[in-house]
Amino acid sequence: MTGVRVAGVGLTQFGRYPERTGRDLFAEAALAAREESGIPGDDIEEINYGNFMGALAERQGHQAPLMAEMVGVDCPATRYEEACASAGVAVREAVRSVRSGENDVVLAGGCERMTNLSTAAVTEGLATAADELYEIRAGITFPGAYALMARAYFERFGGDREDLAHVAVKNHDNALPNEYAQFHRAITVDEVLDAPMVSDPVGLLDACPVTDGASALLLVSDEYAKAHGLDAPVSITGTGQGGDNLALQDREDLAVTPATERAASEAYEDAGRDPGDVDVVEVHDCFTIAEVLALEGLGFYDAGEAVGAARRGETTAEGERSVNLSGGLKAKGHPVGATGGSQIAEMTRLLRGDHPNSDHVADATVGLTHNAGGTVASAVVHVLEVDR
Amino acid sequence: MTDAGHDEWLDAVGDGDGYYLRCPAGHGSLPPRRVCPHCGSPDLDRRELPATGTVKTFTVCYVGGPDFEDEEPYATAIADFGDVRLTGVVRGVDPEDVSVGQVVEPAVGTNCTTGDHLLVLRSR
Repeated sequence: MTGVRVAGVGLTQFGRYPERTGRDLFAEAALAAREESGIPGDDIEEINYGNFMGALAERQGHQAPLMAEMVGVDCPATRYEEACASAGVAVREAVRSVRSGENDVVLAGGCERMTNLSTAAVTEGLATAADELYEIRAGITFPGAYALMARAYFERFGGDREDLAHVAVKNHDNALPNEYAQFHRAITVDEVLDAPMVSDPVGLLDACPVTDGASALLLVSDEYAKAHGLDAPVSITGTGQGGDNLALQDREDLAVTPATERAASEAYEDAGRDPGDVDVVEVHDCFTIAEVLALEGLGFYDAGEAVGAARRGETTAEGERSVNLSGGLKAKGHPVGATGGSQIAEMTRLLRGDHPNSDHVADATVGLTHNAGGTVASAVVHVLEVDR
Repeated sequence: MTDAGHDEWLDAVGDGDGYYLRCPAGHGSLPPRRVCPHCGSPDLDRRELPATGTVKTFTVCYVGGPDFEDEEPYATAIADFGDVRLTGVVRGVDPEDVSVGQVVEPAVGTNCTTGDHLLVLRSR
């Protein structure tokens, strides 16, 4: 089985571009990845494209062949939809495609256009990642769903809103130097606690923003990289995916995320690594509680222990194992269909040493990315390693 | 829109004849189902939904979607009813007075914005 290397990454700056089409955003990211890799368009054999709500936001289904056209490539192109984990699964399928020997060069990533919709329409669109019959009709929004999980967590393990506020503060600090991040603004714990309540206990600054943006990666086989003399020191050495019941009410325990555990276990085994080997992490922090649940599901903390990690400084840029040096979904932004690809792009930059926060993890060799769909009814984990 | 399975279930709850589905291993679930979502068993029996449940977790939502704009703020809760859990809008109490462990009974109400029926967890 061949190894899979990241030959180039491309991102748009994440932010509010209500007037820019999704096709233009993805083309910007994909062409940037192509330029960085130096790979000619004719060598791209497949496009795996993540998108969640384009049919609602842009009245545009069947986006993948459109995206191939926009980046000037004539090859099979498929859209992957797994709510906020759409690009994560698109990348995972690209890894499997290269490993299988079927393709040597695959373009993977995703895009979402959201800010052209009203807040109410975005809330409604995102809610479709929940169970329509038994959750959406009961008034569940995504902040509401994570609020149900946060309260269940506090009830079972303890912890409070102030612990979670430190997650938001940390991730905003991390975003400050990141040119691709939506927010370049430091915030304080008091600001998080005093922000308007969206869905108690989730306040406005516990939540990621509504974001437009795109991500793209060019993944190649070891053989292709060698034959073409590519400078591609980062490999994806592990991939895993896990699932869970769609509706929260059908899960045994609302304070843990077994889909993450399943994805992580598969990815660790695939890479021959364990949590202790991981130097730097990008997790799906759509809400502050989500980062806590992810760190426990990934095996970095026992259940109930991660809630104080940011407050104790363990996951900050200077901490033992930095989490979300990109700024995370919280401050970098969360264009849902692009997020999983952007996490891998950011991890690649961190490990290569060309991310503005790379100095915080100068000796890092192993990174991990975690992308979740819905209330973690799906999760995708990747392990990345760099040649040193 | 008519949704076979779900709509009949909601009507039954509204008539005080609420039920859930139970597999031989004791896992509860709600219709429509062909198999148990936990173990895949195709042997599902209808069982009577307990008359009361207890709130397991809840949120007070200040910003809802367009379908709930006339409802804000509203409390949505997940409540334990024996083998099964229900998610519903809590009524009969101020949203800010909802608490974990609170006893509720299942009922059917009207969504103020859309006029559709919805599952209500009525405070006792």
